[in-house]
Amino acid sequence: MVDVTWGGARVGAQDATERAKALNKLRLGDVIFHAVTRSAALLVLLLLGGVMVALFLGSLPALTTFGFDFVTTQSWNPVTEKFGALAPIYGTLITSFIAMLIAVPFGLLIAMFLTELCPMWLRRPIGIAIELLAGIPSIIYGIWGLFVLAPFLQQYVQPALIATFGNVPVLSSLFAGPPYGIGVLTASLILAIMVLPFVTSISRDVFDAVPPVLKEAAYGLGCSTWEVMRYVVLPYTRVGVIGGVMLGLGRALGETMAVTFVIGNAHKISSSLLAPGTTISATIANEFTEAVGDLYTSSLIALGLILFVITFIVLAIARYMLLRIEKRVG
Amino acid sequence: MDLAIYNSRRRRNVVATAASYGATGVGLAGLAMILIVLFWEGFSGLSLAVFTEMTPPPGSAGGLLNAIVGSILMTVIAIAIGTPIGMLAGTYLAEYGRHDKVSSVVRFINDILLSAPSIVVGLFIYEVMVVPMGHFSGIAGAVALSVIVIPVVVRTTEDMLMLVPNTLREAAASIGLPRSLMIRHIAYRAARSGIITGILLAVARISGETAPLLFTALNNQFYSHNLNAPMSSLPVVIFQFALSPYEDWQKLAWTGALIITISVLALSIIARALTGTRKAS
Repeated sequence: MVDVTWGGARVGAQDATERAKALNKLRLGDVIFHAVTRSAALLVLLLLGGVMVALFLGSLPALTTFGFDFVTTQSWNPVTEKFGALAPIYGTLITSFIAMLIAVPFGLLIAMFLTELCPMWLRRPIGIAIELLAGIPSIIYGIWGLFVLAPFLQQYVQPALIATFGNVPVLSSLFAGPPYGIGVLTASLILAIMVLPFVTSISRDVFDAVPPVLKEAAYGLGCSTWEVMRYVVLPYTRVGVIGGVMLGLGRALGETMAVTFVIGNAHKISSSLLAPGTTISATIANEFTEAVGDLYTSSLIALGLILFVITFIVLAIARYMLLRIEKRVG
Repeated sequence: MDLAIYNSRRRRNVVATAASYGATGVGLAGLAMILIVLFWEGFSGLSLAVFTEMTPPPGSAGGLLNAIVGSILMTVIAIAIGTPIGMLAGTYLAEYGRHDKVSSVVRFINDILLSAPSIVVGLFIYEVMVVPMGHFSGIAGAVALSVIVIPVVVRTTEDMLMLVPNTLREAAASIGLPRSLMIRHIAYRAARSGIITGILLAVARISGETAPLLFTALNNQFYSHNLNAPMSSLPVVIFQFALSPYEDWQKLAWTGALIITISVLALSIIARALTGTRKAS
């Protein structure tokens, strides 16, 4: 038999009871550590449950007062205490939709550049730069949007849009009204710029997961770069790309600061993209601390609940799809 | 006929390649422009007073001292709360319950929390802390930030522990080391730089978070390190000052934005360097 030593204490081989005690201590430590780590893991679940329950309880007064009308009506009037969430929900969906419409093609094309066209020595620096940009806080994008992008759009882009599409049947209503600078279009552009690094870095990772043999075989048959992308890489990575896009969409839906600066916070649905609007997160950020009355606060929390449910569904789908491609690779 | 097909394929490829080059150019130029404007505007307002004076009332000179102190204080507390919980949970996922049913659920939920909208976290903490306490407070802000820290640390801890070779674990077990000691003295040590990277990334992540602080820590125009009272923070001050009509407030907002960006970039670069050396060795 050997001596048991731990933590400076040394127990002789002869002393059987001391020895048993020391071993028991070790065993106990093991059990405790297991229990502690397990409860920490369960705490993560509890956190999500807690968010759900707290938001639900907080929004109960609004939901019982307005019922289903809450999500179908547009009026948002703190004076008469009539609240409907349709305008913020519409704003959230439309800004995210336009942002993805811009960011996805750009992101995929940049990822194509990084994986197929870019010279080897440039790949790492550009890749790192994009990942660093993905980490920049959204408030930075917001302040830039407010002071640089919005005035630029107001002076040059929006008048041009109004002049160009003013007489085109459908588009004229999309680009109607005076050029405010801030509004739905500006918010969508800021969101697109913000989401772009995400979409790019995920698509690049997914494209990198394509086995080189497949691409080499296609090139060997005489395929052009575009044909390799279109008929080999994209079909192979479709699930992963969709997952990455959904992940970006989740970010865009929940984004607060970048949007709040430039959306204009107007509770009405306008057909024009140049008009000010609002999103769920911008409404909460702008009005929560000033909300007087339980019903007002509760309505804002109900907005938060709706946002959480929407993003939860989108993110869950995204994770599920990314998991599928991970399984295929590894 | 063959030549026509060949030409159209060629044309298509040229168009797609050009679009790819163009998109990269436009994308990088746009992102570079944001940084250039930020550095230009931020540096012109940078002075010693920014770090030594309080946020001013409109129309007079001042700095961001109370906001910087508040941000640092809340970040430190958030990390102090979030890191142990995140590390322990990550340890469970990687060591004890690698193939558990529970673990896969936790992993999935954690990934969702990782990109959940941060404003919802603010609402959550408002409901469970601000309402019962009756007032806004620095500690509520710190707890809100820690909710954002936890998923980041869980994820990196798990990933890094997964990279620890199993032979190390088996060697430890073969000399009779209990599992908990093996984890604490062997696995943690092997994964140390990776775990530190995760914590740095978590700091970077929360140092610019605004939404969860808006209605937990609120804001405070004066210097305060009382955690039981409203506390100012850089992001919230930037938000308030940027939207104000006063020019000197807007100037300070740009400077604050520059400070945040530089710290976030520095943290990410250090984190990257840490994992880089680990891989190289």
